[in-house]
Amino acid sequence: MNGDILATFAGALASGQIRVVDLTHTLSPDFPVIVMPPELGQSAPFRMERISRYDAAGPAWYWNNLAFGEHTGTHFDAPIHWYTGRDLPLNSVDTLPPSDMIAAACVIDCSAEAAKDADFLLTVADVAKWEKKHGRIPPRSWVLLRTDWSKKTGAAYANLLADGAHTPGPDAEVMRFLVGEREIIGFGTETIGTDAGQAGHFSPPYPAHHYLHGAGRYGLQCLANLDQLPESGAVIVSAPLKIQNGSGSPLRVLALVQERSTG
Amino acid sequence: MTEPLAKPKRKNPLVRTRQPLLPPASRSRKAHGLTLAAATGRFMLQCCGECGQYIYPVREACPNCLSAFLPFKDAPTGGVLLSETRIEVTGDPYFREHMPWRTGLVRLDCGPSAVVHLHGDCGGPGSQLSLSLQLDRAGQAVLFASPVSETPDMEDDPQWREMTADPKYRRVLITEGRSPVAVALAIALKKAGAAKVFVGVADRWKPFEEQKALEAIEGVEFVDLDLTSERSVQELAMDIGAKVEILINTADHVRPTHLFNAGAINTARDAMDHTVMGLMRLAQAFGPVMRSRGADGKTGAVAWVNVLSIHGLSNVPQFGVHSAAHAACLSLSQWLRSELRQGGVRVINAFTGPLDTEWFQTVPPPKVAPKALADAIVDGLKRGLEDIYVGDVAKDIEARLFDNPKAVEREAGQ
Repeated sequence: MNGDILATFAGALASGQIRVVDLTHTLSPDFPVIVMPPELGQSAPFRMERISRYDAAGPAWYWNNLAFGEHTGTHFDAPIHWYTGRDLPLNSVDTLPPSDMIAAACVIDCSAEAAKDADFLLTVADVAKWEKKHGRIPPRSWVLLRTDWSKKTGAAYANLLADGAHTPGPDAEVMRFLVGEREIIGFGTETIGTDAGQAGHFSPPYPAHHYLHGAGRYGLQCLANLDQLPESGAVIVSAPLKIQNGSGSPLRVLALVQERSTG
Repeated sequence: MTEPLAKPKRKNPLVRTRQPLLPPASRSRKAHGLTLAAATGRFMLQCCGECGQYIYPVREACPNCLSAFLPFKDAPTGGVLLSETRIEVTGDPYFREHMPWRTGLVRLDCGPSAVVHLHGDCGGPGSQLSLSLQLDRAGQAVLFASPVSETPDMEDDPQWREMTADPKYRRVLITEGRSPVAVALAIALKKAGAAKVFVGVADRWKPFEEQKALEAIEGVEFVDLDLTSERSVQELAMDIGAKVEILINTADHVRPTHLFNAGAINTARDAMDHTVMGLMRLAQAFGPVMRSRGADGKTGAVAWVNVLSIHGLSNVPQFGVHSAAHAACLSLSQWLRSELRQGGVRVINAFTGPLDTEWFQTVPPPKVAPKALADAIVDGLKRGLEDIYVGDVAKDIEARLFDNPKAVEREAGQ
């Protein structure tokens, strides 16, 4: 039976019935990373330095050394990333169960609201509206907040003002609800954090990090191409690098989408 | 009268760029007493510790009393021109390209006579002159005589320009626009006649306060430059490497920590990556092209300035990482100096005490105002210095290090 499912799945992939959407930004030195007050520790940005390129340092081969923080580019947050998840079992990227790396995704489209208000906050009411249309969010699903923020670049993407970043995200209540009432496996955004730019002022501060990781759930951020996903029905493949005791990692996030044929 | 330097025309792309040649560079070890003086803009000659006579040229023993105790001492700068020689033809490859060249025999007020390079505005025999020690294109000390009083456009004298790194009509790159010195430096350079000031800015997506002030300065152009990224530095050099005649590296990364702090390694790595590796990346990208343009017309590549902390010379515990990083930068800078010297491009180290900026907020005065540092750098370029000490703290540490380095080390942080 299992063999049949996978054979069908492979056939659907080969025939294009299942479309694979890349939700990942290219890891490049210019991609903004989270900024902390300068007296605190900072995430290293992505850097690439050449070892050789068919030259004296390696006549027939091209390769590079890489350096980057765990939370650079399109990346995954493991529960150990936040203090609320520090004592949970299997809380780092090397120990998290591989079965959690493939899960369904519910996409809540708030792109119109985020276009009007950089500080737009997702609320329980927005989730209720989505559920009215698509049914109750299945347990162990990803909830992805679509804001089309990934289409911005540089300064507009980071949107740093004198009082900090202004980017959309969830409010505290909706995170409590999604984690507690809907048992989501994780929450994903197109912005630099799973939390809103001003979430340091919320109660608790950074509620997405607080509630997700406190309950052993995950975060995905700096996602792209959410506009190519259906609001319901996509499956997300998100396997972070297996870094010993790692709190997160850049990764390739793929979405599997079933083409709705008209024939 | 010096003919004012004309604004250089655009380069003819069909004409070969002249390769740099250097004046004769051999000196005795003893003669580097003059190099030390010239590097810091002082006029020092050997003065016999026994009989008190000033001596020139540099010797191992006093010609008057045969004493071997001949320390270098600040000397009066006056002199009288005895005779003048205008060299029209020479076999020396460097001077051949700079003919005619004016030299003179001068009797120094302190006693000895010397053959010196003569500024074009110096009068004939009998004229009073003002002497200085200059570093020539080979980085060696030479005696240079100028008129006692200022003459119009005297800084444009072609012989004087060979001894200096005047920003007039030259294009400058300031590597870190976020540096507190960048605005003052850009203003001072423009005032000194710089043709253009490129200002490097990393992470353009992060706003910074000085952006508006820099934008308001005519002739300033922002360029993307992140010293922590090899690619960024290389790409900028591909764009403007051949347009930079003076590079001023203002990179710094002050993040106080304690040696035993858990995160101190990261702090140190960040600082080293910014400053030490940043300088290395700059050297690799801009060094070769600047070295090759050392004789590229009257406004060819001429200087590389590193803004360094005086604490790079002796560690101060409150800024331990900062001190260590700048010590490494100093070493790298000496390496760079020997490489760029082959192209006649001088490397200037501007050692500064704590700046009057946010990262040194808790440090009591005296502190260095960014404008004072900027003015000192431009002054150093115009006078052709190699080591500049800016502010009371830097000057004090320099003097005490010369006297007793161990005392400086023991007293740091007390």
